[in-house]
Amino acid sequence: MFDVKKIRKDFPILSRSVNGQPLVYLDNAATSQTPKQVVEVISDYYYRYNANIHRGVHKLSQEATDAYEKARTTIQTHFNAAHPHEIIFTSGTTESINVIAAGYASILKKEDELLISALEHHSNIVPWQMLCEKTGATLKVIPMTKLGTLDMEAFDNLLNPKTKLVFVNHVSNALGTINPIKEIIDKSHQKGAKVLIDGAQASPHIKTDVRALNTDYYVTSAHKLCGPTGVGMLYGKETLLKELPPYQGGGEMIASVTFEKTTYADLPHKFEAGTPNISGGIAFGAALDYMNKIDFEAIASYERELLIYATDALKKIDGLRIYGEALEKTAVISFNVGTIHPYDIGSILDQMGIAVRTGHHCAQPIMDFYNIPGTVRASFSFYNTFEEIDILDKGIRKAILMLQ
Amino acid sequence: MKTIETIQEEIVEEFSLFEDWMQRYEYMIDLGKSLPLINKQYKTDTYIIKGCQSKVWVHAELKEDQLNFTADSEAIITKGIIAILIRVFSNQHPKDILTANTDFIDRIGLKEHLSPTRANGLVSMIKQIKMYAVAFQAQLN
Repeated sequence: MFDVKKIRKDFPILSRSVNGQPLVYLDNAATSQTPKQVVEVISDYYYRYNANIHRGVHKLSQEATDAYEKARTTIQTHFNAAHPHEIIFTSGTTESINVIAAGYASILKKEDELLISALEHHSNIVPWQMLCEKTGATLKVIPMTKLGTLDMEAFDNLLNPKTKLVFVNHVSNALGTINPIKEIIDKSHQKGAKVLIDGAQASPHIKTDVRALNTDYYVTSAHKLCGPTGVGMLYGKETLLKELPPYQGGGEMIASVTFEKTTYADLPHKFEAGTPNISGGIAFGAALDYMNKIDFEAIASYERELLIYATDALKKIDGLRIYGEALEKTAVISFNVGTIHPYDIGSILDQMGIAVRTGHHCAQPIMDFYNIPGTVRASFSFYNTFEEIDILDKGIRKAILMLQ
Repeated sequence: MKTIETIQEEIVEEFSLFEDWMQRYEYMIDLGKSLPLINKQYKTDTYIIKGCQSKVWVHAELKEDQLNFTADSEAIITKGIIAILIRVFSNQHPKDILTANTDFIDRIGLKEHLSPTRANGLVSMIKQIKMYAVAFQAQLN
């Protein structure tokens, strides 16, 4: 049974106050809060078995290695990857994308094309621009519609045999749109292109099956789904990851080193040079365990109710415009009120203890599309309540009174 | 003409009269609304201050030996902050602007009540005002 009151007790931070008001945390798309169960896993690691992994002969190293590799298996199971070694630990989504971009630098040719979507986060734009500069390949963009969805007809036309890679986010961070990634993956494969899906905004809300999707790569960060910052994952199909050159040189990623020649370790270690974020990796697994225990179906349906309730309430506010009106979206509301600058609304809300994000959300092309400097973004999580939406509603109304 | 220091003391005193930060915000919003408009020709990229998340334009002009500032921003609270800075630094001698202490900002608690991005913007604004003072001081010499 989904019990939000009980769930909130797992998150001590939710009972603190900000500027003398109870905290209303609605910036979950930027980072989610961390439950006790996950924090305890991190402290337990440092209190009981902190050691370097994979090489040690001693007991502590063995325990740490086991916990770290168990977390990898947890992640593998959660995303339904075929093998644990298809899950590469990284520092987060951005690094995961850069691993692939760096790998393709030696694979791409001048006549190749890359296709990205207009809904991307800067982290899924800039690495590909850099890759195109390096290789001479061309970057093409799937345009968006006014509703904040991808123009799939344009996508069909852009896709051609020269397309080598397609990058789309599963869910847009700025608008919450859930993109039709299965269709994108299937159509791209028909033309021989590989697909990378940025799952950073999807994984806190949707349980993704990478094999059912048949995606080539899938990336996400732990801190979006109740885990710690500084750790994330790159999923890649075994055959593709084997072909890809390593990202960084260092310890752990080698099989043998002489001054003449180094041979690389097998997957996943080939991509995991140096001592990793061990406690972070273990906590990533714990975060998935925590969310799975609550159940992703229950999370999705509760968040859907929150989204509908909040959308209805906010739509009644005079002059408020919501950006991103896709039928399929996660619990994100990006909005502006009249000509009031999003920064002003965000600052007043902060004075009332309400945490929202304001600005371009690292997705400037979307803001340019709507010709706005940015938006106010309220993003909800399964630990938010209907009462908090009422507080947000009142807060926005008060901010408007002050600012107009 | 009041000195920079006197004006700063006045502002510190005004801010101390408010009971909470919401009232101070209301005050800054009012200041923002009353900020005299910058001449349109200066609302270009040349006059934009880098480091602010909402666009801020500042223009400086030397009248006799005093620097006169006009400014604008897309965001009203940001305009309020600029209004405070203009009240302190406008119609002052470049040399006095250069040597002016700016700890009144800490004393009114402005920095800690601004979001980190806005606090950075505030630092950029002061830097820009001082840069103008450097440039015009060179002209006067």
